Amino acid sequence: MAKPISSLKDIETIAVGSRPPGRPDDSGRGGRERPPSLPEGSYRLAMLFALASIGMLFLGFTSAYLVRQGLGGDWQPLDPPAILWANTLLLLMSSATLHRSRAFLRREAIREALWWLSMTVALGLLFLAGQYGAWRQLAARGIYLDTNPHSSFFYLLTAAHGVHILGGILGLGYITLRGWRRRLILMGTPDRLKHYDALVGAAALYWHFMDGLWVYLFILLFLWR
Amino acid sequence: MTQAVATHAAPKSFIRRYIFSTDHKVIGLQYLFLAMVAVAIGIVLSLYMRLRLAWPTERWPLLAKLFPNAMAGGTISPEFYLSLVTMHGTIMIFFVLTTAPLGGFGNYFLPIQVGAHDMAFPVLNMLSFWVTLAGFLVLMAAFFVSGGAPISGWTAYAPLSAVGEIAGPGLGMGQNLWILSIALFCIASLLGALNFITTTLNLRTKGMSMTRLPLTVWAWFTTAVLALLAFPVLLAGGILLLLDRVGGTSFFVPGGLIVSDKILPHKGGSPLLWQHLFWFFGHPEVYIAILPGMGITSHVLSTFARKPIFGYRAMVAAIFAIGLLGFLVWGHHMFVSGMSPYSAIAFSLLTLSIGVPSAIKTFNWLATLYKAQIRFTVPMLFALGFVSIFVTGGLSGIILGQTSLDIPMHDTYFVVAHFHLIMGVAAIFGIFAGTYYWFPKMFGRMMNETLGKLHFWLTFIGIYAIFIPMHVMGIAGHPRRYAETAGFDFLAPLQPLHVFITIAALITAGAQLLFFFNFFWSIWKGKKAEVNPWRATTLEWTIPSPPPHDNFGPQTPVVHHGPYEYSVPGAAEDYILQTAPPAPTKA
Repeated sequence: MAKPISSLKDIETIAVGSRPPGRPDDSGRGGRERPPSLPEGSYRLAMLFALASIGMLFLGFTSAYLVRQGLGGDWQPLDPPAILWANTLLLLMSSATLHRSRAFLRREAIREALWWLSMTVALGLLFLAGQYGAWRQLAARGIYLDTNPHSSFFYLLTAAHGVHILGGILGLGYITLRGWRRRLILMGTPDRLKHYDALVGAAALYWHFMDGLWVYLFILLFLWR
Repeated sequence: MTQAVATHAAPKSFIRRYIFSTDHKVIGLQYLFLAMVAVAIGIVLSLYMRLRLAWPTERWPLLAKLFPNAMAGGTISPEFYLSLVTMHGTIMIFFVLTTAPLGGFGNYFLPIQVGAHDMAFPVLNMLSFWVTLAGFLVLMAAFFVSGGAPISGWTAYAPLSAVGEIAGPGLGMGQNLWILSIALFCIASLLGALNFITTTLNLRTKGMSMTRLPLTVWAWFTTAVLALLAFPVLLAGGILLLLDRVGGTSFFVPGGLIVSDKILPHKGGSPLLWQHLFWFFGHPEVYIAILPGMGITSHVLSTFARKPIFGYRAMVAAIFAIGLLGFLVWGHHMFVSGMSPYSAIAFSLLTLSIGVPSAIKTFNWLATLYKAQIRFTVPMLFALGFVSIFVTGGLSGIILGQTSLDIPMHDTYFVVAHFHLIMGVAAIFGIFAGTYYWFPKMFGRMMNETLGKLHFWLTFIGIYAIFIPMHVMGIAGHPRRYAETAGFDFLAPLQPLHVFITIAALITAGAQLLFFFNFFWSIWKGKKAEVNPWRATTLEWTIPSPPPHDNFGPQTPVVHHGPYEYSVPGAAEDYILQTAPPAPTKA
């Protein structure tokens, strides 16, 4: 009996093949069992693939960044707006609060889990406000989208990342609200709680990825010379 | 042997049932009908181009009624010709060749073939169709804005596509709409692909191991992975292009560019960067168009040869290999862009290596047919046609994949002929094979066999009549994307070929009316179909036609057999359904 796929390792098992011994071909009985409803692992699996896709978007931007930087000429590196350090800290904190929320959820301490989830959403909103602040700081210095290629990329990458963070906030916000509204039901039914945990898990995967992506973009934009 | 599952009732209201439906079968049909509308428009555009090429000085006042602004005076201007080229390519590649085989048949049959009751995420699935439709409508809107449709080709090469209206009609609002349309399409593809992948990996029914999946499912699955990884790169390029156009940035536009005696304010961008981003998506896109056709062809050939597909595992491996190599060959579209000869050698070798998995597939198809009792039904004819055209188009690919040959052939009709055969027509034959094959399942009636055979022969011969002469023209040096060749003496002797191709194209396009008539007539008037008219093995043939709302009702099928168990020695029939009870194991 194989379990439903929920991790890259399971996919690898399929790719490499793990036919039970003693079955020379596929004409015999057996094969995989699966629970008849949608396995919770599907959220996680779909999220992994969605993140691969989003990763390709930012890889496309990265390759353009490196090529454009290599053309030289008009490339004038920016100094990072000071607020970015604070923003980065906020986002890292939000990942920590989310992690904590999940730990509470696993212990079935639902109220605490929802508080920490709400905290994560709030920190995400603060991060977005901070990113807007960084744009204002740059604009005050007279640096706009079309000033030079480095500033173009700064505005572009922060905007593209910000849109994804906004999506994450909407998703997490929806899950949090739903959690508050159905708190009592979740407390009473292990099945519902498991389902909810799978939803939060997929959202957490996304959120941590966006967090890591921001660190990566920060390094690419300002520390990679 | 079955197991009970919780069923969900079918929605009651008309709108939830047929329009904003989350049922994968309705969504599949929506995709198919969208592709039908798109292909009709795409064919009309191509006929306008053909008329212009065959009779350059002729006036067409009647045809001008469709495009009153662009065809003022009834003549097709070179600029209008270029906008036809652009729109024909964009519509056909995105809204026909990507939409029908994957969005249409994939949505309809993948969940059934793996034994699922629906896709993993039905709401996302519904969204993917509606976002695709929005993309299509935005693209169509480009015909109706001031300046008309863009003239930069489906590849939208910068700087032409990046500097705006100043470079030509259609490069203002029309080009913006083009970019927006493609962006929507990218997002829709992501939503669709997630469903295909998750459903294939996680919703397979009991006993449906990965090695019992029909080859159609393998093809759709691989295609979904390609779409998932390729489209975002195009989206990235599209965003950069839009910023160059409206944000004053210089990603793609070089400095010192003079257009219409005006020096542009951009500086330092790289047109080559666009080409890299575009083709990194563009080449996998070719395989996104063709792989589902390969899956359908394998499926249909095995059914009507009444033999197991030859080398199932090799077929799966070849699909994967083609998908993987597809990501490593984008540079072969840029051999004349001034790239380093060393890179060109690498891209060339990788390109030629795609010939290996392609040959594996071709020879496996031929081995499946070897000594088989072939039933020449209409879907079988189209599957055989697919193999024929795939080989013909593939051979010219091996020619173009070599830099030394590509440099003189580049941007000639030889290239046009090559990619039309291999990704256009072959994929269309895959779509036709799928339509004739699955029609009885989708609508519960049979399509007319005689009309189908007539449609096949007219199309098959017509296609070769159109594209074989194009190879010759290309070798003679006829450039592509030229509306006007009057100034080139060396092209004058090729004019009769243009006339010949245009007549062949008109006849072939007319033959498609047979198909449309057959399709819609059969929906209401066709002969009632049995549950399993082709005596095939896979799961879709175990349920009623058309399938009920949740496919398998309250029961879940249990699979005991591989997908292609035809003519098994000792079996009562010449086919064994995947759900048939297991054969007694030999002690």
